[in-house]
Amino acid sequence: MAAGNPLVEVRDLVKHFPIKKGLILSRQVGAVRAVDGISFDIVEGETLGLVGESGCGKSTTARLLTRLLDPTSGTISFEGRDIAFMSHEELKPLRRDMQMIFQDPYSSLNPRKTVGSIIAEPFVIHAVAPDPKERKRRVQELMEQVGLNPEHFNRLPHEFSGGQRQRIGVARAIALKPKLIVADEPVSALDVSIQAQILNLLRTLQRDLGLTIVFIAHDLSVVRHMCDRIAVMYLGRIAELASADELYGHPRHPYTGALLSAVPVPDPRLAKMKVRQVLGGDVPSPTNPPQACRFHTRCPKAVAGTCDVDDPELAAKAGGNLAACHFPLSDTEIAARVPTAAP
Amino acid sequence: MGTYIFRRLIWTALLLFFVSALTFLIFNVLPTADPAKLRAGRNQTPETVAAIREQLNLDDPFLVRFFSYLGDLLFRFDFGTSVLNDEPVRPLIFEALPNTLMLVLGAAFVWFASGVVIGTISAVRRGTIIDRVAMTTALVAISAPVYWLGLVALYLFSSDLGVLGLFPAAGTYDAADGIFTNISSLFLPWLVLAAAFAAIYARLLRSNLLEVMSEDYIRTARAKGLKERRVIFRHGLRSAITPIITVLGLDIGILMGGAILTESVFGIPGIGRLSFDAINRNDIDIVQGTTLFLALGVCLMSLLVDVLYAFLDPRVRF
Amino acid sequence: MAPLLQVTDLRVHFHTDDGIVKAVDGISYSVDAGQTLGIVGESGSGKSVSSMTVMGLTRAKNAQISGSIVFDGKELLTATEDELRRVRGGPVSMIFQDPLSSLHPMYKIGKQLVEAVRTHQDVSKARALDRAVEMLGLVGLPEPRRRVDSYPHEFSGGMRQRVMIAMALCNDPKLLIADEPTTALDVTVQAQILDLLERLKRELDTAIVLITHDLGVVAEVTDDIAVMYAGRIVEKAPKGAIFAAPEHPYTWGLLRSIPRLDSPRDEELVPIPGRPPSLINPPSGCSFHPRCPYVREAHTRVDPALEPVPGAREHAVACLLTGETRQALWAELASGADPEAAKAAATPAAAAGPGRLEEEGS
Repeated sequence: MAAGNPLVEVRDLVKHFPIKKGLILSRQVGAVRAVDGISFDIVEGETLGLVGESGCGKSTTARLLTRLLDPTSGTISFEGRDIAFMSHEELKPLRRDMQMIFQDPYSSLNPRKTVGSIIAEPFVIHAVAPDPKERKRRVQELMEQVGLNPEHFNRLPHEFSGGQRQRIGVARAIALKPKLIVADEPVSALDVSIQAQILNLLRTLQRDLGLTIVFIAHDLSVVRHMCDRIAVMYLGRIAELASADELYGHPRHPYTGALLSAVPVPDPRLAKMKVRQVLGGDVPSPTNPPQACRFHTRCPKAVAGTCDVDDPELAAKAGGNLAACHFPLSDTEIAARVPTAAP
Repeated sequence: MGTYIFRRLIWTALLLFFVSALTFLIFNVLPTADPAKLRAGRNQTPETVAAIREQLNLDDPFLVRFFSYLGDLLFRFDFGTSVLNDEPVRPLIFEALPNTLMLVLGAAFVWFASGVVIGTISAVRRGTIIDRVAMTTALVAISAPVYWLGLVALYLFSSDLGVLGLFPAAGTYDAADGIFTNISSLFLPWLVLAAAFAAIYARLLRSNLLEVMSEDYIRTARAKGLKERRVIFRHGLRSAITPIITVLGLDIGILMGGAILTESVFGIPGIGRLSFDAINRNDIDIVQGTTLFLALGVCLMSLLVDVLYAFLDPRVRF
Repeated sequence: MAPLLQVTDLRVHFHTDDGIVKAVDGISYSVDAGQTLGIVGESGSGKSVSSMTVMGLTRAKNAQISGSIVFDGKELLTATEDELRRVRGGPVSMIFQDPLSSLHPMYKIGKQLVEAVRTHQDVSKARALDRAVEMLGLVGLPEPRRRVDSYPHEFSGGMRQRVMIAMALCNDPKLLIADEPTTALDVTVQAQILDLLERLKRELDTAIVLITHDLGVVAEVTDDIAVMYAGRIVEKAPKGAIFAAPEHPYTWGLLRSIPRLDSPRDEELVPIPGRPPSLINPPSGCSFHPRCPYVREAHTRVDPALEPVPGAREHAVACLLTGETRQALWAELASGADPEAAKAAATPAAAAGPGRLEEEGS
């Protein structure tokens, strides 16, 4: 799919959360199709972005990748080994290599533990650096590395600001030098002036440690800044998958086009020039997604008889983007709506 | 909704089956006094005892006796017969039931109304002297045992030996007098039974209301230009009171049997008193009957409460 | 013509166990009829508290409020609770960030709208319901006649915000205060709501105060912008000027710290160092000085006032740097220099050591 060695290969990944009902014994009457058959590679050393609106399945995908959730079907091969249905014992040694950073730096840290012991947790769990002195030294190194004062080793999480708490989360995630980091909305809860600090930190760490990052966010500007390749998700499916330049330069899927058109640009002149394309309606329920192309109910280009009967495959379109669409956007359509369109 | 109620009814039936099995097991298998001997009276001979045993089918195997009891219960709503004085249990329960209902429902009204009023005032006037006095009094009321409160109430208020002599004394309650004559006799028991509950409800409502009043939709209500009183009663209390109504249902269910102490102190011939006396006399059939009857009451009340909750809070769906 | 809303030297201080929180500390602004003012700031900047105060919603025993808020010729700060109530939800109304938690979960939306109408208009329930249906239709809720019988949880986030907007508009307000109205919504829904606000502004000629942390949102829908920091307005200007020629180092910081779709993809983000100041013990002098890359010694002592920028009548800034220095710095920053390089290039004297520079600010 992309150049370089894939670290993770995801094929036909599905996660359905059953909805149960019944008189005496409950039986399954439906499912929330959170992730409904997605395939992609994560190339070693890259940052892969997953974007989409709430309910598109991006966070579920993150939790499947790190096996915090068990998939319904499909494969996730991590360095060639399928971890999709591995038992928790088998997974344990592999967990060192994949770590997660969460959105809310407030609730993801145990309030009664010192920062030192929070960051040291991975060492304890995986029996690395058993000597307490050695462990403390390594924790303080990590704190230094993420821009925390190592002398604050014994402080509690509430003594830190939001940005600093997210740094603690980052330090914990990189402690065991993992190969893959899955960051789920890592800056959404932070103030604008603090966001940049964390984004820069993640970029520096990736360069220094050679990390592979899956970066999940709803903010398209942040994703553009952080990611090499981006998958746009809609209702549990990948609508478009392309490199950042391709995706923002010439989005092919009408949904990507609408997303980019909707992002407010902090430049009044550009804002005036652009025709803001406003999608009608709301995202349909993932319990009962539209037939065939998931987007056809809201798509300005949908053609009856095609889009509502024929499910489009993710396939190469003009410019190299992979898009699941029968009628991809043309260059003139793109130029009118998308502020980042390549001239 | 219909399926939900149906499912709950089936679960209720299952639960009652287990309750009846358990009570039957406890009273028939575990060593207690032999009912036949109790029935035979003072001048008993082995022969009379054996005759009674046979008459009452006491020698049948446990399971046979259990299922015949269960059959009577299911098909004729028959709770068996008191072996001791050869009286059917169901009429005894039904005779006592109105008295207990009068006591419990009246008390529930008293504690719910006073709990809500005190809780609301405390929440609205948070931190003031009124709030502190109310909450401290509530703590005392919660901590005081019901029989102690009952005796204190009798000492202070009852017309025969009370210092103030405001209300009719203990033992003046007579079911034959009819409901309205008895209301005055019930004043003291209501107050005593309601005291601790009123205190708990006041504290519960206060904390609920304080939480609700910091919700965003309260801010919206104020931003609409509503009067503060309307904000509190129509928007705040509506949310704060809903969980309390469900607690109320459960508490009433539980109290149907839990009013033993109050009924005893004030001499009210309710279900609690009935089972209390039965326990003293070792009258297993009555104890068993009242236990089952109360279990049924609690189960139905909790079903009622859950259904009610769906009406009170539109977000709840089954 | 007098402005619709004139806020002068507004201060809102809360007495708490930890000390006095100076949430709003002397701000002045005005909004004309039909105009949109954007108030931009981060959490703790006082942007929400100041607008809640306009509605009289911060009045509390521990709150000390001073200054003046004149709306439509009436002083609101000294108004009685009854007078204020007639303003709230009538001529001034408000919408909030999270439309789910802002609607009462146990009442049908029709009932909530009818209540809003009948609080300010003496009409029958049926008439009020007609008005509610009309407003819901206006904000683009499909089948409003039928949906008045729905509860808030039965709507999507975007539709709930439309309901909130309909409720805010049902008494023909002259001023709508929108506190982060799109922050909890998805981008495509945000676009719908911003579109709606623009259309309503055109059709109903309502003045809007839009409070947000998102510079993109203000760029799209406002006329004027005020940037708040630590309870103060640090810069105020027409929208074009804020983005083309910002004057305050904090505004520069905000503009350079967000990734944006219209800048090169690999452009380095320049974070604002440090963190927002305490409102109990704000820094001495200029409250931004601990985080300002261009700080001079005098700035730790002198508190800058919001003063007009030379040559730009409607542009005001609270900064102790001279106008020329600021222009030279922004010229460097706008062309991509980082703050250190900009400082070196814009003020050649910097090379000679910080000591010499201190004189300029004092």
